[in-house]
Amino acid sequence: MTLIERACNALILLVAAFAVVFLLTPLVVTVAASFGSSPVFTLPPPEWSTRWYERLATLRGLAPALFTSLQIATLSTAIALVLGTMCAIALTRGRVPGSEGIISFLISPLMLPALVIGIALLQFFRELGLRDAWTSLLLAHVVITLPYVARTVIGALSLFDYTLIDAARTLGCSYPAAVRKVLVPNLAPAFLTSGMFAFLASMDNYPISIFFSDAWTKTLPIQMLQFVEERPDPTIAAISTGLILLATLAMIIGDRLVGIRRMAQF
Amino acid sequence: MSVARRFAANPAVLLLAPALLYLTVFYLVPLSFLLGRSFIGQAGLSLQPYAALLGDGFTWQVIGNTLRIASLVTLCAFLIGYPAAIALSRARGALQIVLLVSIILPLSVGIVVKAFAWQIVLGRGGVVGQFLVATGLFEEAPRLLFTEFGLVLGAANVFLPFMILPIYSVLNLMDPRLPEAAATLGASPVYRFTRVTLPLTLPGIIAGCAFVFSMSVSMYVIPSLLIGDRFQTLATLTGRSFLFLRDEQLGSTTAVVLLVLSVAIILSASALARRFGGVR
Repeated sequence: MTLIERACNALILLVAAFAVVFLLTPLVVTVAASFGSSPVFTLPPPEWSTRWYERLATLRGLAPALFTSLQIATLSTAIALVLGTMCAIALTRGRVPGSEGIISFLISPLMLPALVIGIALLQFFRELGLRDAWTSLLLAHVVITLPYVARTVIGALSLFDYTLIDAARTLGCSYPAAVRKVLVPNLAPAFLTSGMFAFLASMDNYPISIFFSDAWTKTLPIQMLQFVEERPDPTIAAISTGLILLATLAMIIGDRLVGIRRMAQF
Repeated sequence: MSVARRFAANPAVLLLAPALLYLTVFYLVPLSFLLGRSFIGQAGLSLQPYAALLGDGFTWQVIGNTLRIASLVTLCAFLIGYPAAIALSRARGALQIVLLVSIILPLSVGIVVKAFAWQIVLGRGGVVGQFLVATGLFEEAPRLLFTEFGLVLGAANVFLPFMILPIYSVLNLMDPRLPEAAATLGASPVYRFTRVTLPLTLPGIIAGCAFVFSMSVSMYVIPSLLIGDRFQTLATLTGRSFLFLRDEQLGSTTAVVLLVLSVAIILSASALARRFGGVR
């Protein structure tokens, strides 16, 4: 190995090490700040304490916002899973003309600015006379969650061997029963990981949800940003730590189901 | 033919219909509405809203801010992301796990959480300030929060995984024997990199840069928390015209400018990727 090569390799490792530290910094700092005793952030904190977690119970608006977010995320993910899977079966099985274009259309909401989609929906709902915040949020969130599901399930289904379904039908299963007994178990990992990412994307969405929140119906990110503006103390860090824990759990489940290497397939 | 039998014969259309219908009604139609509405000024259908917007020097300053910040974020993410992607493609065992976890875990943590974390990191007594003082570069911690530097740093952090992953997946598809073959034929390391590795990873670089650039152009939460109200980008101006200024005409027009910009980025990136033998 020449000197230049060694220098290059060392540089690559150095940058990679920096990337690891850089990427994890916000998470580590948030967790550390949530366990600090002082309301001003210092690292390392002068003393460890759980006082900010105790304050969570008294924080007004947190519980309803969390509940709304969980409801919207669960329902929109469930709807997206049903719609997305139906599409994926049609696109990989049926001879659909222009399927490339249809796939691009299904995934396109991920690539356009969410803020613009939010504004378009706001004006559209107003035109329709839809004023209910909860319904608007749900309808809008399906637009965000559907691309996640469609992308992953189409990918998984294109690898699925459909002769297995034919085999099940030869053995006496009806078409729906064959789908339920053969296709669904085979696709379970794809459903779970895509559902998880869709759920997290919905829980995290700010730029669309902001247009549909009112005084009574707020999602968690909107309530959190309001807390940050009102009084940026480590109580927010405590909520954030909870969400980081949720993301860690999701990653561990994903690793068990499909392996972390496949989760990196973008 | 009964419905059930047609379903069995060609289920494709029936299975596709609900999702396509949904996205048409709640995505395509609203976007077309927005597009149409942006052309309707006080005097009916006209280009007047655009003329008013683009005739204002402030608008150009906002567009300039947007493009400058997005370019800087993309550049930072590329400079860190490219070597990191190479390291990830070579890493095995524990090192590979550490790299993968540090890329995927932040990806699933919310943007409000991360933007808030950068407020802590960049704020007074924050880690970056302490680090700069400790290195002796600065006598006292410089102001970082609510500066362009802080915004670029925070945004580059949030979008970095979207740069690393596409480059990594292209590197994964590349035959590792190619640079070796070039070496056997006497190519120097620099020549090997510029003539073999770099061209082969170009589709990944284009995809990564396009992702990061388009996300940086339209980010809203990160500038709100890291640089504040006095600095406007197209996205923050759009959001604020609706939420605070109650100027829907301005908001619709800037939203369409933002939309056109994003579509242009995506289309030119896919055209570039095709031209350079895109894998994706």
